[in-house]
Amino acid sequence: MADLTTDFVGIKSPNPFWLASAPPTDKEYNVRRAFEAGWGGVVWKTLGEDGPPIVNVNGPRYGAIWGADRRLLGLNNIELITDRPLEVNLREIKAVKRDYPDRAMIVSLMVPCEEAAWKAILPLVEETGADGVELNFGCPHGMSERGMGSAVGQVPEYITMVTRWVKQNTRMPCIVKLTPNITDVRKPAMAALEGGADAVSLINTINSITSVDLDLFAPEPTIDGKGAHGGYCGPAVKPIALNMVAEIARTPETRGLPISGIGGVTTWKDAAEFMALGAGNVQVCTAAMTYGFKIVQEMISGLSQYMDEKEMGSTSQLVGRAVPNISDWQNLNLNYVTKARIDQDLCIQCGRCYAACEDTSHQAIAMSEDRVFTVKDDECVACNLCVNVCPVEECITMEELPTGALDERTGQVVAEEHADWTSHPNNPAVKTAAE
Amino acid sequence: MDARALKEGIIPGRLDAEDLNEGFKDLHAPLTEHEAFVAADRCYFCHDAPCITACPTEIDIPLFIRQIATDTPEAAAKTILTQNILGGMCARVCPTETLCEEACVREAAEGEPVQIGRLQRHATDTLMAQGVHPFSRAAPTGKTVAVVGAGPAGLACAHRLAMNGHDVVVFDARPKAGGLNEYGIAAYKTTEDFAAREVDWLLQIGGIEIRNEIALGRDVEMADLQADHDAVFLGMGLGGVNSLSTPGEEKTGVLDAVNFIADLRQTADLATLPVGRDVVVIGGGMTAVDAAVQSKLLGALNVTLVYRRGRDRMNASVWEQDLAAAKGVRIITNASPVAVHGNGMVREIEFEFTDDSLEPTGETFRLAADQVFKAIGQTLIGDNLPDLEGRKIAVTGPGRTSVPGVWAGGDCAVGGDDLTVSAVAEGRDAAEDIHAALTRA
Repeated sequence: MADLTTDFVGIKSPNPFWLASAPPTDKEYNVRRAFEAGWGGVVWKTLGEDGPPIVNVNGPRYGAIWGADRRLLGLNNIELITDRPLEVNLREIKAVKRDYPDRAMIVSLMVPCEEAAWKAILPLVEETGADGVELNFGCPHGMSERGMGSAVGQVPEYITMVTRWVKQNTRMPCIVKLTPNITDVRKPAMAALEGGADAVSLINTINSITSVDLDLFAPEPTIDGKGAHGGYCGPAVKPIALNMVAEIARTPETRGLPISGIGGVTTWKDAAEFMALGAGNVQVCTAAMTYGFKIVQEMISGLSQYMDEKEMGSTSQLVGRAVPNISDWQNLNLNYVTKARIDQDLCIQCGRCYAACEDTSHQAIAMSEDRVFTVKDDECVACNLCVNVCPVEECITMEELPTGALDERTGQVVAEEHADWTSHPNNPAVKTAAE
Repeated sequence: MDARALKEGIIPGRLDAEDLNEGFKDLHAPLTEHEAFVAADRCYFCHDAPCITACPTEIDIPLFIRQIATDTPEAAAKTILTQNILGGMCARVCPTETLCEEACVREAAEGEPVQIGRLQRHATDTLMAQGVHPFSRAAPTGKTVAVVGAGPAGLACAHRLAMNGHDVVVFDARPKAGGLNEYGIAAYKTTEDFAAREVDWLLQIGGIEIRNEIALGRDVEMADLQADHDAVFLGMGLGGVNSLSTPGEEKTGVLDAVNFIADLRQTADLATLPVGRDVVVIGGGMTAVDAAVQSKLLGALNVTLVYRRGRDRMNASVWEQDLAAAKGVRIITNASPVAVHGNGMVREIEFEFTDDSLEPTGETFRLAADQVFKAIGQTLIGDNLPDLEGRKIAVTGPGRTSVPGVWAGGDCAVGGDDLTVSAVAEGRDAAEDIHAALTRA
C-alpha cells in the first residue's frame, strides 16, 4: 500500500489530510476526536493576543448553498477567531500534542500588526511543543475590520513585514495563509516568500453573501434584520482554489514554495487534484463540518488505492505532477480538433444537448422526428457544452480528429504540427513582429 | 384469521376497523415537501419532453416540476390545471406507468422515472389546501350551454366554458357530481372524499349550475336541451353493463362490479359492507382490478380474477396487475365462464380455458364462489342520441357529433381510452370548439 506520510516543511504527519484552522479545531475535545478518527494533522483555530476574549454574534454564524437533496455545496461564516482564553487554548494544544506526537500540530495566529504582539505570542506557542505556526492573513470578515486577517493579506508589504517578524522571533516553521480576495494571488505569495515564509496555505474564505431573505430583504445569515458579508468555502470554491494554487505552483518567482492546499476538499479525489497541482498536503474544513471526522477514512483509502494504481510509492510522486501541464491560453494547440460524438446506445433522448446547442451555442446538433440526436460536424466547434449538460456519463464525448482528417466546419485538413495564437496570422503581435 | 374471515356467504364486518382503515388508506402517501424537492430535482427538464407528448392533456410537466423545485408549487399547480382542471384526481388515478412516467427518460436511463404523478399531486394538493382557485371568468357572453354528465368530461367541459364566459348547466343522473371519480374508482386511490372536494373546488370558477338526479331520456330530453341552450355537450358515462350470457348468471350473488364499487365509495362505514368469502371477478380492466382488490381489502378470503385473454391483453396495466397480486388476488387468464352453479345462490362458477383466439380448449375448471363480480365492460344506453359509430357516439375533431350544436366526449364518445385524463382532454377541447362556434357569429 502507498505510503501516505508527508513531510511538509519539516512537519511530519501520517497522511496529508489536515484539518484547517476553523471551528473543528477550536478545542481539545474536537481535536482529540479528529486524531482518533485518523486525521494527519490540525491547524488549531486562530489564536489572538492575550486579553479580553473575542466576542461572536449570538445569531446565526453560517449560511449555506445547497444542491440536490439538500447536499451542502457552499458554506459561509461570520465567526471570528477563537473566543476562548489564550491560556486555555495553549494548555490544550500542549496536552493534545503530548498525546499525539506523530500528528502535525500547527497553530494559527492573528494578532495586531505590531512586532511586540507577535513577539509576545510566539514563545507561548513554542512552549506547547507545536510543530509550526500559520499566519492568518485571510479571514475576510470581522477581524479584517480591525486591521487583521485579510486586511493584512491584501497588502503584500504587510505580509512581508509580519512574516519577517515571525521568522525572526521563532524557530518554528511559518506557513502564511492567503486570502483569495485579491486580484492576483501571486503577489501576496511572493510577499510571503520575501518575508521568509516556509510555505503558503490557500485559499482562505471568499467574501460572500450566500443568499437574500426575500421576506426580510436582508442578506443571510441574518442577524436581527441585518447581514454582513462572510467567508465562503466548501465544494463550490474548489475551482477557484485550484487555480490559485496552480498559479503559485507554476510561476517562476514562487515555484517550489511549499503549498498547503485548501478550498472545498471533500473527497480523496479533491485532495489528489490539489496535490497534483502542487500542494504538498491539504487542509479540510467544510467536509468535516458537513459529515463529521470519519470522512478522513475514505480520503486515506481512496488516495492509497489511487496511488497504488498509479504505482506511486509516496505522495511526493504525486505532488506537482500536473504543474507542467498548466499553460496559458495562447499556447494551446489550435490544431487539436475534436468533435462531439453521441453514443446512441447510451442516449436517453432527453434533448438537453439539443436545447443547449440550439438555443445557446452553435446549432450543431440535429434532432430527428423520433428524437434521435446527432452532431453536425460542419457546425460543431467542439465547445463541450453538450458534454457538460448531458445527464448520462460518457454518452457524449469529444473525439479527436486524426491528423489528415477534414474538419467539415472549417474545410481545413487537420495538421500534425502544433500551432497556437503566438504564431497565428490573426495575432496583431505576430504581424508587428513580421514587419 | 378468525371465524369471521372463514364464514361462508356475503357478510359484512369480516375485518376490524383498524384493518379496514389500513387497507383502504391512501395508496400512495402524499410527498412531504422535502420528498417533493428530491423527486423534482430528478427531472432533467427535457427539450420537447416525451412526458408531455405522452400526457393526453399535454401538461407541461418539466415546467411544473421546475416550479415545484423552485418553491412555487402554486405556480406548478396552475401549469397543471391550465391543461387539466382535474389534475388533482388525475395525479391519483392516472396509470402514469403507461403514460408520462413510461415516457420519462429516466425510465429509459435507470428504470426509475421521475415521480410525475406524485409531484403533480403535491402541487395540486398544495393549491387546493389553500382554497385558491387560480382561474377567473371572461366577460359574460350571454350564451348558455347544457352539459350532460358531471363526470370528468362534463366537468372539464363546463369549467372551460365557464372560464370563457358562458353559463353552463350540468345535468347528472346521480345524487352527487363527479361521475366515475365519485362512484367508480377504488377508494384507496381517492381518499378523504377527494372527488367531492375537487368538484367543489372546480365550481369556484362560477357560472356552473349542477342539476343532480336528472337523467337524459328520463327526466330531460335531447330536444329540450337543444331548445333551451346555445349548445349541448354530451359527457355521460356508460349506463349499461355487459352481461356474461352464461347459464346461471341470474343467481343471487352474481353482481355488477361497478355497483359494488359505487356502493363501496358511498358507504359511510366499510364494516357494514358485505363481501363474500370466495369472490370471483370476471374481467381484465381497471374495474375488475378495483373490485378484486377491494374485495380482498374488505376481508374476502379468496379472490380470483379471471380474464378470457392473456395477461398482455388486459386493460389493467402491469402495475395494476402487480398491485392486485400484492394484495393477494389470484389472476387466472385465458379462461371464459361457461356456467354459474348453485341452488338460487351461486356456489361455484365453471370456466373453460381458451386459446389466444378465444377458441375453447375443452379443459374446464370450477371455482368456489359465493360472490361473483362481472366487470366485462359497459355500454352506452339512450335514445335520440346523435349518430353512433359502433356502440358509442360518433365524433369528429374536437367532439363534434352528427348533430349541429351538439358535442360529445368521454366514455360515451368514440375514441379515447376510458381514462379520466382522456375524458378531461376531450371535454376541454370540445369546450374550446363550442366557444369558437358560439363566438364566431
